[in-house]
This record gives sequence, C-alpha cells and structure tokens, in this order.
Amino acid sequence: MDTNIPAGATRRSGRGELAIAIGVIGLALVIYWQVQVMPASPLYSKVGPALVPTLAAIGLFGLGCALLNAAIRGGWQTDEEAAAAPDRAALAWVAAGLALNVLLIGVAGFTIASTLLFLCVARGFGSRRIVRDAGIGFTFAVIAYFGFAKTLGINIGAGFVENTVEGLLPFIRKG
Amino acid sequence: MDSLAGLTKGFAIALTPINLLWCLLGTTLGTAIGVLPGLGPALTIALLLPITFKVDPTAAFILFAGIYYGAMYGGSTTSILLNTPGESATIVTALEGNKMARKGRAGAALATAAIGSFVAGTIGTLGLTFLAPLVVDVALRFGPADYFALMVLAFVTVSAVLGSSAVRGLTALVIGIWLGMIGVDLQTGQARFTFGVPELLDGINVIIVAVGLFAVGETLYMASRASTGQDEVIPLKGSLWMTRDEWRRSWPAWLRGTAFGFPIGAMPAGGAEIPTFLSYYTEKKLSKYPEEFGHGAIEGVAGPEAANNASAAGVLVPMLTLGLPTSATAAIMLSAFQSYGINPGPLLFQTQPDLVWGLIASLFIGNVMLLVLNLPMIAIWVKMLMIPQPLLYAGILVFATIGTYGITQSIVDLLLLYAVGFAGYLMRRYDFPTAPVIIGMILGPLAEQNLRQAMTISAGDWSVFFTRPLSASLLALAALALVAPVLYELWSRSRSRVTTATKA
Repeated sequence: MDTNIPAGATRRSGRGELAIAIGVIGLALVIYWQVQVMPASPLYSKVGPALVPTLAAIGLFGLGCALLNAAIRGGWQTDEEAAAAPDRAALAWVAAGLALNVLLIGVAGFTIASTLLFLCVARGFGSRRIVRDAGIGFTFAVIAYFGFAKTLGINIGAGFVENTVEGLLPFIRKG
Repeated sequence: MDSLAGLTKGFAIALTPINLLWCLLGTTLGTAIGVLPGLGPALTIALLLPITFKVDPTAAFILFAGIYYGAMYGGSTTSILLNTPGESATIVTALEGNKMARKGRAGAALATAAIGSFVAGTIGTLGLTFLAPLVVDVALRFGPADYFALMVLAFVTVSAVLGSSAVRGLTALVIGIWLGMIGVDLQTGQARFTFGVPELLDGINVIIVAVGLFAVGETLYMASRASTGQDEVIPLKGSLWMTRDEWRRSWPAWLRGTAFGFPIGAMPAGGAEIPTFLSYYTEKKLSKYPEEFGHGAIEGVAGPEAANNASAAGVLVPMLTLGLPTSATAAIMLSAFQSYGINPGPLLFQTQPDLVWGLIASLFIGNVMLLVLNLPMIAIWVKMLMIPQPLLYAGILVFATIGTYGITQSIVDLLLLYAVGFAGYLMRRYDFPTAPVIIGMILGPLAEQNLRQAMTISAGDWSVFFTRPLSASLLALAALALVAPVLYELWSRSRSRVTTATKA
C-alpha cells in the first residue's frame, strides 16, 4: 500500500529507505544472535526468557523484508518529503551542541554545558544573536537548575557556576 | 450508585487546597506545552516522572491528568493561530480553524474549541465515571490468557490500524518491545540484550526513550527543516463571544464529536486522531453550509475539538480499569504507576479508591479551570506562540538533558538519549510512528508476563488461548484487524484490474 506510484511518475531511487530497511533487518539479526548466545536458564519456567525475543527477532526480520521490498519499488516517502534535502549545517550545529554537552557536563557542570548546548541549537535554527542567546541560555539553565532540578530532588552535575550561585545565595538573602 | 459514592469521596480529596494547586499547575503547564509546537504531554510527563519519588500518587496523577487534558486545549490554539498543529489530535482543527482566523474570526474559533473541549471533556469524564466500574466488573473475570490476548489486540490496533502504514507501525512496535526486554528478566534472572554494559542490567528507562524520541528526535527533524521557514502567527482578532448563529451551529457538532471521541478512545484501540477525522467528515456531510468547509466552517472546529477531548477521557477507561495504555501519554502514566509499585487494573478501584476517585474528580475540576485558562486568559498563550523557534528548541534540549542526566548522572544515559534521538529523527524523516515504540516498551513486558502466567496455569498447553472464549475472540479480532486491510487492498486491486480489463 506504500508503493502506489502514479503511472508516468519517475521512480525515485529510494536510497534512504533502502538503508532503513537494511538497518531493520540488521537489528533483527542482532536480536536473534543475542538470543542464541543467551545461556539456558537453570530456573524452571514454562516460557523461557528466549521465546518472546525470538518471536520479536523473527517478526522484525519479516517486517524488514517488507520494508526492503517497498524500498526497492521506489520507497514510501511522500515526494515532498523525499525532495526536501535535510539542512546539514543546521543538523551539524545541533549535533555539535549535543556532543559538547556530553563532554562538558561532567567537567564544567550543568550550567556551562547547557549554555553551550543552547547556543549551538539556537544557531542551528538560524539565530545569529550570539550574545542574546548566551544570556538567555545561561539564565534559563540557572533557573532550570535551581527551579526544576532542586524541586524534583534530582541532582545534576554541579560545577563552578552552580557552586558560586549557591555560595552567594545566603548573602543575597541577608543583603 | 457505586460511582456516585466514589465520586463524592473523590471530590472531597480533589478539593483540598493542595490538590487544587496540583490541578491548577497541571492544567496551566498542560495548556502551555499544548500551545508550544514541539512539546507534547507524553514528553512533559516523562520529564516530570522523577516527581513520583517526592509526592504522593494522588497528587502526581492529578498533575499528570491536568497536563494530559490541558495539552488538548492548548493544542487547538496553536492549530487555529499558527496552522502548525501543536498535537497530532488537533491536525483537523487546523483545517477550518486557521481559515477562520485568517478571516478575522479567530476569537470565535478559539471560543468554540475551548467550550467544545469543556463540554466534551465533562461528558467524557462522566462517561469514565460510570463506564469504568462496569468495565472493572468484566475485567475481574479476566485470566492471564485473556489479558495477553487483549494486549495483542491493542498492539495490532495502535500500530497497524491507526497509522499510515501497518508495516512501519509494527516495526516501531517490535523495536519498542525489544527495548522493553533489555535488562534482567524478572522471572528467571537472565540478562537479556545488555551487550555486557552493566548500566543496561536494570533496563532502559522509559524517560530516556520518550525524551529521545519526542524531544531530541523532534528537534533534529525540525533543524533539518529549519530553512523552510516558520509559519506566521495570526494576530488574535474578533470578539471571543460567539454569535447566536455560531452557538446554534456549534453545539450539535460538540455533541456529535463527543459521541465519536469517547467510545473510540475507550476501546482498546484508543487514539485521538481517528475520531477527529470521523467528526470532521460527519460535520461536513451534515452541515447546511457545506460550501463553507475548506474556507472556515465553525462546525469543522467544534466537532473535532470535542472529539479529541472526549477521546482523552475515553483513553483513561482501559488505562485505569485494565492497565492497558493505548497512547504514548497513557503508557508514560502507566510507568508512573509502576514507579509507585501500583498495578493499574481492575483491582485499582478496590485497593486505591482515593487515588482513582480523587483523580476522576480532579478531571471535572480541571475542565473548569481549563475553560477559564483558555478563554479569558487566551492572550497569555498567544504571547507564548511568539517565542522564536531557535530559543524554543534550544530550551527543549536543555530540559531534555536535565530530565535524563538528572536521573542517574550517567554519561551512558546521555549517550543513549542521543542514540534514541537520532533513531527518532530517522523515524520522523521516514514516516515511522513513534508512539508504538513507547507503548511496546511499557506493554511488551506486561504481555510477556501474562503469557508466562497463562502457560504456567495451563501447564504448557498452548491451546488455552483458543479454548477460552474471551481470549479466542480477542485474538480473532486482532488477526482480523491485521489481515482485513490487506485482503481489502488485494480485493480492490483485483477489482480495478478487472474493470480496466473490461474497459480495454
């Protein structure tokens, strides 16, 4: 039902879809392999731990083949979606922000890592006002840290900024 | 009379000042995230799941239910003023609502959406009040085999029937089931799919998957399309008061929309999209002004908006009585129950009457709050629509980081989040639905557990699924739902082949 290409329309390559289909089949094989290396459970059970994963692997393999079939016949994306090339520069900025965040959150603390993430994502979405974005990102991160994280009682990596603000708080209250 | 007694008690709980505050917080937050494109109730509740360690379950579920209902109200504002549906269930609203706004009748469109949501939400919650105890009576007779069959039916309907493609929906579902199986198998202690990573032994937290798919994946997708530009926000013009004529055209549409939304939401299939489409086409057929459709017909806003709110109430029926989530949001709420060690299901009404009835009563109160929040105070939400896209998505990713890194402070979780986010981006780009992943992840392990219990009871006899009338008929329905569209496809194809052959 995904392959209704109007007669006369040029067939698209569907290369992306092909990769997706192969990826799904690959995942099915990985699941199957993982089930095979699972040691037999010494505990008695009517339905062992391997049955449902085996069914999932077989099912996913079948679905992957169906996707492969659809991909070979020209893919299932709408023409509009297939024609729109992804904005690689924007994706790269967002990805860079995420990478910086992972690298820095432990070392520099949540606020600094988040400010940089905020900056990169805003840049990816086309914002050029670096100073404004940095200011908003920093304020947002500090508020989020003390408002959201502390209220929920979840502890996210404190760094230099968090400790400074926390250290200043008693003075601000007194002053 | 059981329901009335329960409801009276529920109001006593929901009307305490602290619970009213939770309800107000939930409905306000829900409206806000409903208004903001890119944020949805499933993501928001997932980010707030850590609250389950801090507050009592009644408060947490009043908050979550407020978010769930509020998002439905807020989503319509975005659809009408921005033409970018804030929620998938408000796609249809954009068809007529945005046209109305362009003609300077935004006020009337927002009013019919909000009042319709209120009417439908209230009737739907009444439906929940009186239907739920009946379903409980039936559900108490369910054995593990019947539950397993019911879950199989829900799997098929949420993934294969409701989406645009059965193959892609089922692929998403199976991937979700696989994600749910990662970690130590509770029955045998066997580690599954951990690839030697100790962090995976406890399984993958559903927060990571929900935030990865709905926040990171969505942001990546929007970034990849950033150059296509942003829709303009239509300024709020026109009176918020509906004319006599608009009232006359709205109220039958509200009631019909409710009649579609609640039953379909309450079925183990769930989903809010189908009833909104059904309502739209019904209104178009019945309207005295069919020529207005496509150019801003008020019935086309009133009906679908009522339908999506009624279905939100309907989805809570299988959720509370059977523990069966049929939307991503309901699945996340189920995981909140699990986090409290509470098993939603028929016994919930006996073991946690305060929680259940307090929650239902708060839904009535929440609807009143939402009507006030979304009509007299609409101007505030319109301002939120003006937040520039770069800042909005940057903020979403910062929150996504807090929500995941904050649980365990583990870099592994953060990397997992980004991996799921990249998968979510691919799914979005190649038109795979994401909700079945969450449903599969939460419901998959429960289905496996029921399968095992059924097999233990039957001493390994597989025929148990086909000899119990209930389980047999549910499985037959599931098979039918899976096979019927394919057969229909083949049949219509062969028929068109025959007609072209005779023509030639």
